[in-house]
Formats: sequence, C-alpha cells, structure tokens
Amino acid sequence: MQRRTTRIAAGIAAAASVLALTACGSGFSGSGSSGSTASGGTGGLTSSKSALTVLIGSSGDAETAAVKSAVADWSQTSGTKATVQAASNLPQQLSQGFAAKKPADVFYLGSDTFASYAKQGDLLAYGDQLKNKSDYYPSLVTNFTYQGRFTCAPKDFSTLQLEINTDMWKAAGLTDSDVPTTWDQLATVAKKLTKGKVAGLVTSNEYQRLGAFMVQAGGNLTNDANTKSTVDSAANVKALTYVQDGLKAGWWKFTKDVGAGWGGEAFGKQEAAMTIEGNWIAGAMTTDYPKVHYKVVPLPAGPAGKGTLQFTNCWGIAADSKNQAAALKLVEQLTTAKDQLAFAKAFGVMPSIQSAASDWKSAFPQFAPFLDAASYAKGVPTSVGSADVVTDLNSKMAALKTADIKSLLATEQKNLSAVVPG
Amino acid sequence: MTSATARVPVRRHMAGIRRGQAASGYLFTAPAVIVLVVFLVIPIFMALWVSFSDWGGRGSPFASGVHFVGLKNYGALTGGGGLAEQDFGTALRNNLWFVILVVPTQTVIALLLAVLVNNRILKGRGFFRTAFYFPSVTSSVAITVLWYFLFNPTGAVNQLLGAVGLHGPNWPADASGVLHDLLSLVGLRTGPGFLVNGSFLGVTWWDWLSGPSVGMMIIITMVVFTTSGTFMLLFIAALQNLSQEVEEAAMVDGATAWQRFRLVTLPQLRTTLFTVLTLGLIGTWQVFDQVFVGSQGDPGKTTLTPAYLSYVAGFQNQDWGQAAAIAFILFAIIVFFTLVQRWVLRERGVSRRRMRRNGFDRNDSGEYAAADRLLTAAAVAGAVQNRDSSGGSL
Repeated sequence: MQRRTTRIAAGIAAAASVLALTACGSGFSGSGSSGSTASGGTGGLTSSKSALTVLIGSSGDAETAAVKSAVADWSQTSGTKATVQAASNLPQQLSQGFAAKKPADVFYLGSDTFASYAKQGDLLAYGDQLKNKSDYYPSLVTNFTYQGRFTCAPKDFSTLQLEINTDMWKAAGLTDSDVPTTWDQLATVAKKLTKGKVAGLVTSNEYQRLGAFMVQAGGNLTNDANTKSTVDSAANVKALTYVQDGLKAGWWKFTKDVGAGWGGEAFGKQEAAMTIEGNWIAGAMTTDYPKVHYKVVPLPAGPAGKGTLQFTNCWGIAADSKNQAAALKLVEQLTTAKDQLAFAKAFGVMPSIQSAASDWKSAFPQFAPFLDAASYAKGVPTSVGSADVVTDLNSKMAALKTADIKSLLATEQKNLSAVVPG
Repeated sequence: MTSATARVPVRRHMAGIRRGQAASGYLFTAPAVIVLVVFLVIPIFMALWVSFSDWGGRGSPFASGVHFVGLKNYGALTGGGGLAEQDFGTALRNNLWFVILVVPTQTVIALLLAVLVNNRILKGRGFFRTAFYFPSVTSSVAITVLWYFLFNPTGAVNQLLGAVGLHGPNWPADASGVLHDLLSLVGLRTGPGFLVNGSFLGVTWWDWLSGPSVGMMIIITMVVFTTSGTFMLLFIAALQNLSQEVEEAAMVDGATAWQRFRLVTLPQLRTTLFTVLTLGLIGTWQVFDQVFVGSQGDPGKTTLTPAYLSYVAGFQNQDWGQAAAIAFILFAIIVFFTLVQRWVLRERGVSRRRMRRNGFDRNDSGEYAAADRLLTAAAVAGAVQNRDSSGGSL
C-alpha cells in the first residue's frame, strides 16, 4: 500500500510538471509563428487588427504625457488602438517581452544596446521602408545600421557642448571674446576660473564626455562605420594626455572628486565654472538650479578641428509584433517634424530629421550649438559587447590623473577589437 | 481477474481507518510542491540548459533554433583572456573579500547584541531589541541611498572624521584596495614579481590580495549594519532556549562570566551558529541590491559582484548563456563553502590534549564519556539542589 501511494504521488508530480512545461512551451513559442514568418523581411510586414503597445523609458511625467498625447492623436486618425507604458526598467521589461514572444510592438532603444537585440533577431529591420528615410541625419542612420541594414528610425539625438557659468565668467574678468576655441584657450580660461572650491572645468570621467576630445584630436574608439577598433590611436593618446595635464594642473576635475553625480550637479551647485554636458542639462538647470545663469557654447576645436559626441535612441519595432504595418505607420508619424518639435518643447530633445532643424533653432536659439554639432558629431561604439569595453575604459579613466595612457588604451584596444566585427 | 477482485476488499479491510491518509497528505502538500516545481525547480533546470546553450533571449530556450554549445559560456568566463574572464575574476575577488569581512563581523556583532539584550538586568530590553532589529526590516534600497549620502566626500562620515582631525577618503570614488593601502604605509607600493606576473582569471595575484576597496567598505559596513539585527534575533531565540540549570551549575563550579560564555553558552549555540553562518555566507555571495542601487560596480569595478555581473550580462548585453553560467558557478561556490563550513563546525569529541589535562587516558574515550555524563548529571543535580536549598532558605 505504502509503495503504491508513493508511485501514484510520483505519477501526479510528473504529470503536473509535464503540464507545467507544456504551459511554458505554449507561452514561449505558441504565439510566435504569426510574427516570425515576416520578421526581417523587406516587404512582408505582419498586419492585424490587434492594438499596439508602446514601451518607453521615460525621463519623467512631461515625456510620458507628450508621447501619450502623440500616440493618442495617431490612434484617432488611423483607427488602430495603441497604449503607452512608461517602463520602470526598460532593458528588463524588453527582455521579458522578447523571451515570452509577446514583446511591446514599439519601444525606445539606445544606440549602445540596439545591436545586441538586433543580433538575437528581436528587431524588425524596417529602416529602408520609412517614407522619410532620407530626412534623417546620416550619422544617426549609421548608428542604427546593423550588418548593413538600417534597422530602426532615430527618435531624437543629443550632443555635448560646453556650458559656462556667466556670473563666474564675468567675475573672472572674462568677456565674450574669451570664449575658448582651442585647447590652449580652454586651459587658459579654466585656470582663471579656478578659485577656492570652484574648479574651472568639471566633467565625469566617462568616455561619454572625454570622448569628445578624442574626436577633436581626430580619433574615437572606432572608425565612423563602426567596423574597426581604433582605441590606441595617436589621436586618442593626445586627447587623454590633454585631459591628464588638466587634471594635474588642477583646473579640470572629475565629478567623483567633487562628490557630484554628474557634471550638471557640480555646475548647478556652482562648484564648477564650466562643464561638458548635452542638451538634457537645460531641464535640470531650470528645475533644480533656476538661479544659476549660464550659456552654451561650442566645445573648442582640437588638433583635428571641431568635434563632439552624439547620443541617440531609436524607435524599435519587434520582429514578433503582430501588427508591424501599423507600428511602422506609428513610427513614421512620431518622427514627423510636427511631433518631434512637440517632444522638443515638452522634454528638450533634438529632432532626428534635418527638415525640423531650422524650426528647432528658432524655438531654442540659446541651445543652437547643440544642433549645429550634428554635422561634425561622432557616435559611440555600437557593436555587440562594446558597452562592456566602454564600462571597463570608464572604470580605468577614473584614475586618469596618474594612469599610463598608452598601456590603458592598449588594453582596451585588445578588448574592443575582440568585439568589433571586421 | 478473480484474484484481483478477491484481493482488493482484503486490502481495503487491512488498511482500516488509516486508509488514504498518505494520499491526503500528498494532496495537501501538492499546492506547495507544484508551486515550488513550477516557479523554482523548472526555472532552475531551464537556466542550467541556457548556460549550455546559445539562447539569445527570444522565445523559448527549448525552441529548435537554440543550440547546445557545450562549455563555451563557462569557458569564456574561466579562460580565454578576454574581458569576460577579467570581469568575472574581478567580481569573484571583490565578493571574496566582501564575504571574508562581512560574515565574521556580522556574526560576532549579532551574538554580542543578542547576549547584551538577553541580559536580565538590562532595562528597556524591548526597546533595544527593536532598535537593533530595525535596520533589517527597512528597505535595503532606502538604506543604500542613505548610506551613500553619509559616505559622500563632504558627507556626515567625513565631517565626523574631520572633527577628530582625520582627513577622510573620497569613499565612493576610491578604488584602492584597503590591504594595498596598508602595505603602502610601510612602503610596499608594488608587489613582488611573482605576484605581479602571475594571474588567475585575468586578475594578477597581487590584485587578488588588494583587499576590499575603500568604495567597497561602504557596502561592507552597510550590510553588517543591516543584517546583524536579523541574526541577533536568531541568537536571542537560541539563548532563551538554553536551560538555566547548566549555566547555574557552571556558576557553582566557579566559572567566570567569560568562561561560562565560551565553554557553556557558545557550544550550545552551535546549531544556531551554523544557521547564521550559512545564511550569512549565502546572502553575502549573492549581494546584489546594494551594488545595483548604490555603486553599479564603481569605483574602478571594485564593487562588481558575480550576481550583478550576471544581471548585466543577461539584461543589458543579452548574453543569456553567460549570465546563466555565472549564476551556476556562483551556486557551486556557495555549495562548496557551505560544505566546508559544515565540516568545520561538525560535532567533535573533546581533543586529546584536553582529555589528558583533565586526567583521562587518551585511549579510553569510553571512560571519559561515562565520566562526562556523570559530571554533567552531578552538576545539574547540584544546581537543582542548590536552587532548592536557596529557595528553602528564602
């Protein structure tokens, strides 16, 4: 009797686990067939009556509200229902959707992570089907090209420029004609601005800021097409040596050394007379430090001329979306000049299409230097695994003041060449 | 057919009133077992499969497009000289130092606090118990944010250090190892050649010996602060279970307070000690929240831990095979250390040295055991008698 009950119980347990497994199986792969047939195809997009889900990594209520209203407008004219969700952790929620084969149809995607999703076949490469394809800045299109295919439409972008505290500037006896246009001039004014607790220039120690100087020296971590690692180039050595000299002289400080989370915090607390940040600083200055007067000027030119970094996001469409045709239409609508200018007004981004540039500049004349940089800004590495290398580089650059620049760059050259194709 | 029909009633009869009890038992435990199987056992086996596959995070790991890649994911972590190996080595190094510092400290503090608040003379015991336990019930995210605020270069900790004339370090940004810092005080700034040139998992032996970084000390103090209270509660429960008679017998024998604690109380706490050390070991090898919220691996990757690395590999890099492989190596490490610890804390007879000292023949453990039983019984009886007599005199 005892033995038989055990056997029955074991049978029940086995049956239960098999049931559970099949339940998992249907959840994972059952619904996939409808989406995967058309994934990556050039013409055949899936189309159905199902509503769209839009997953965004929002910077705050203003952004969520703006995207919601733009999507609602589209729903009304197109007749396709769509809901917007602000993710609390975008990469995590995206991954969960992909694994369950029930991803959001349209979502934000950063240029530094999009390739790892593209590699897994999560994304629909729809770039070539966009009506306004030629209107996007070419460098942004390069950023979102994976294995020769323009994968997703750039949503907006931002660039780095130099922000100057105008009160400190005047107090140091400097005028508009002193705005630095070369590395030497930057060092000169920064030294003049360094007084007591105030450092002339405070930036974070990340490649995402210091990389602008690599570009000004004619370098970057990769070539423009992201096909070759160029970390240990002479230009990069020159750029980091300039930064190191500034740190040693004391007019350049890293945010960590002044206890700030980012450049804007040190700048807002008036511990920095200058900082290097992107157009996102405008919102923080208005809300957190409204009393600080500042202006934005282009970064100085280096040995190889003007240079800065650009950062961008795109509108990803899932390969497993059941209504890709509608998703594409939605993205086209969201990247029109009208919608992008509305986003710009709501949360201070820059439109990704060239035809909206003049309207944006007339709306925000004080931030024109950010948009002017579109012609000479370079992107960050996008290949799969490069984010890890940049993290490693950043962790080493925290000690840049005393680091051996050549060996530091040589290590990262080794690491980056391992992940950059070709 | 006939035999079957004939046997069944007999069996039923034999089973009597207890018939079906086992089945009911299984039925009642089934919900819990099914929940465990579905949400724990199956995912664990799925993860194990993922760690041997090239699954990229899209659809089922058991789908046809997913391939078995053998030990490739494990190989990238333990060899090959790439960034993955170096990061994994660094994470293990960081976590090892974290465990070495946190587990003994939190156990000692927890025991100390438990003994203190278990003291019958202490006024306001309830208040202190709540106060010490409070950090454990507070959200670790909230405490992390607060802690990083305190350890800011211009924060409260450095203000306090400044008040006594010390210049505090820039805690969250200082990537130098504490042990390296101490060695540099005696002039040893670079390690000897054999340590600098040799390496394990992409990290030189010299760097393995760096100690936790100054930045890691923030997390170490925070975890000691929060978990000591939890384990104090376990020790209090154990202390209250100890019989008063044995303690009093020791008093009668003239044992000092320290001797009573070390030789009478502590050995009786062995099982609790095992629990606390095991829970501590598991918890510290899996440290994640504090890194995720507070440091994200900064400064200089010295607070990178395997658990956080696994998260980054999976959710940020979409490298699920590697993420799962890290998790299983971590699992193996935890099991290994738990077994080692179990072995160290196993029940042992009294050492020969002590037996000789107490006048027992080293080869006659039977006589010793008998004498021990006798002595214990006598002590207990003495204590009881002692209490009776004292009660009588009152």
